[in-house]
Amino acid sequence: MRKYLLKRIFYLFLTLFIVATVTFFLMKLMPGTPLQNEAKLTASEKASILAQYGLDKPVWLQYFIYIGGIFKGSLGLSFQFSDQAVSYLIGSRMGPSMQLGGQALLVGVVLGIILGAIGAIRKDTWADRVATILSILGIAVPSFVLAILLQYYLGLKLGLFPVAGWSGFSYTILPTLALAASPLAETARFIRTDMVDVLSSDYIELAKAKGLSKFGIVYHHALRNSLIPMVTLIGPLAAALMTGSMVVENIFSVPGIGEQFVKSILVNDYPTIMGVTIFYSALLCLLLLLTDIIYGIIDPRIRLSGNGD
Amino acid sequence: MENPENVIEVRNLEIDFHTYAGEVKAIRDVSFDLRKGETLAIVGESGSGKSVTTRSLMGLLAPNAEIKKGSIMFHGEDIIKKSEKDMQHIRGKDIAMIFQDPMTSLDPTMRIGMQIAEPLMKHKGLKKKEAIAQALEMLKLVGITNPEGRINDYPYQFSGGMRQRIVIAIALVCYPEVLIADEPTTALDVTIQAQILDLMKDLQNRIDTSIIFITHDLGVVAGMADRVAVMYAGKIVEYGTVDEIFFNPQHPYTWGLLNSMPTLDTEGGSLSAIPGTPPDLLDPPVGDAFAARSDYAMKIDTEKQPPFFKVSDTHYAATWLLHPDAPKVTPPAEIIRRQKKFAEMQRPEPPIKTATKE
Ligand SMILES: Nc1ncnc2c1ncn2[C@@H]1O[C@H](COP(=O)(O)OP(=O)(O)O)[C@@H](O)[C@H]1O
Ligand SMILES: [Mg+2]
Repeated sequence: MRKYLLKRIFYLFLTLFIVATVTFFLMKLMPGTPLQNEAKLTASEKASILAQYGLDKPVWLQYFIYIGGIFKGSLGLSFQFSDQAVSYLIGSRMGPSMQLGGQALLVGVVLGIILGAIGAIRKDTWADRVATILSILGIAVPSFVLAILLQYYLGLKLGLFPVAGWSGFSYTILPTLALAASPLAETARFIRTDMVDVLSSDYIELAKAKGLSKFGIVYHHALRNSLIPMVTLIGPLAAALMTGSMVVENIFSVPGIGEQFVKSILVNDYPTIMGVTIFYSALLCLLLLLTDIIYGIIDPRIRLSGNGD
Repeated sequence: MENPENVIEVRNLEIDFHTYAGEVKAIRDVSFDLRKGETLAIVGESGSGKSVTTRSLMGLLAPNAEIKKGSIMFHGEDIIKKSEKDMQHIRGKDIAMIFQDPMTSLDPTMRIGMQIAEPLMKHKGLKKKEAIAQALEMLKLVGITNPEGRINDYPYQFSGGMRQRIVIAIALVCYPEVLIADEPTTALDVTIQAQILDLMKDLQNRIDTSIIFITHDLGVVAGMADRVAVMYAGKIVEYGTVDEIFFNPQHPYTWGLLNSMPTLDTEGGSLSAIPGTPPDLLDPPVGDAFAARSDYAMKIDTEKQPPFFKVSDTHYAATWLLHPDAPKVTPPAEIIRRQKKFAEMQRPEPPIKTATKE
């Protein structure tokens, strides 16, 4: 187990290194420069600004300086907010993003499990069909469309929730719903498929033969067996949330990382773009690693094999 | 109940399955009794309807099944008419079941102690602690070594034979009146098979339960059953005591089954599987369903369903060969040998009527 963990952690760093490298060179390929009001600047002013940020050096040298900085724990300085460290920028905007992501994951997964379980238990009935249609919609409708619809109807028209901003729990509701749709749909689909399988297995037959009630069978046997493989879904769900958050945070003016990320792209703030990319990658890798560890702990069938049995 | 000795009386049971291809007539007019304390074996090739018959006793038929006709009397009440809620109180308490594959019958994510305790908590209203304590006793009874150390283990930590012992513990923990064992040893290797069969016999004596023992392998029936019912294409074609079925069989299908059974005294090689395949139950044949595969088929076999002919008070067979007007036929050599043995076993009693009587 320990050897396995060390190996996984090594791969985690390797992945981050590759992500950093690829992002760096992609930045260089992006059109435009970080210089605002470029037209008004004289050639010498331009040069001095470029020199200030080290952008006058050859690309390969910039690359080594940047990677070297990462090893020293620095993601560089932001271009748009003069002299603000990117890591500080990310840290100060992490709160809203994490709250939003966490809420959306919770709502999505819990409702998704319920919807998926209903679909499986009432397979091929109208309830199953409604659940299936809902989850197809959740997957097919992009989160920004849903976000705008929610904002317009529940926020603007009905005035049930604040339209945008971030000052209290009520402000979190609409962005949470917009963001939760996709994990909800994915979870529902996953649980339905999985539980249909589980419900036709021999041990469910034995549970019926014990005289357990329908609820008892689902609650004590089917649910647990369907939930275990769901752990593997958490990684992809989190990834989907991260991408979703960039748009949703912008639409609802949530002061989170996603909103900052989009702004940074618009002004070619290279260090911030790279910093956020690396941060999101690291978060995702950690989640995946955690998922594997949790899976090993909760599934008694594989608990021992991890130890080399 | 027609007979107070009977625990279960099945009468004229007919079960269809609705499928896209049409109605599968899986069970066609099946009647039998299960007596107190006996082991009744139901034998027949795969697909003959053994599992469907016994599942109907548990009220556990597939959703596409329809019981067309018949009754299943248990404690003077018809199980078929009972609601799902009522059946939940019978399942696992009065009638319990063991399945074929112990590797997949246990919930992989639940400790075995809890799996054994579940029926006690459901049916006897025991608290978890008391139920687990009784589960421990049950583990001892089914011969799990070091039960205290293993009660909190998960199924994957046990071998197939041990898992089947656990499944048996689950089935018997409420001391059911009836135990249905659906091919309980088919998935196990031969030495383990024998151990499981011994265990079942031993427990039957201790717990005083009646057993319906399903198998496609006549070989395991001999030491296990008191009576045998032979099933073919959704019907019982012959039933009698073990001795009667093994040594004085009357139906050509029973002959075929016995012929294809390896025994210690068949001098190697004479083993022959029954040629051909069972009929399509979407459209079952009119007469004796076995006629198409039988060397002894007569014209009437393809026209009219044979009724049960009485061979003895305990032995009946549904074959036109037993009709007084039927021509005499010579059964396979192996069957003649068996019938000779039977005659020796029965000598002091008056001669029995057989299909080959001189
Ligand atoms: N759910 C079902 N739908 C359609 N046909 C079924 C179903 N279950 C069983 N059957 C059919 O019923 C017949 C008897 O099956 P079964 O009782 O399982 O045989 P076995 O004697 O091997 O236990 C078979 O022809 C099988 O194909
Ligand atoms: Mg079967």
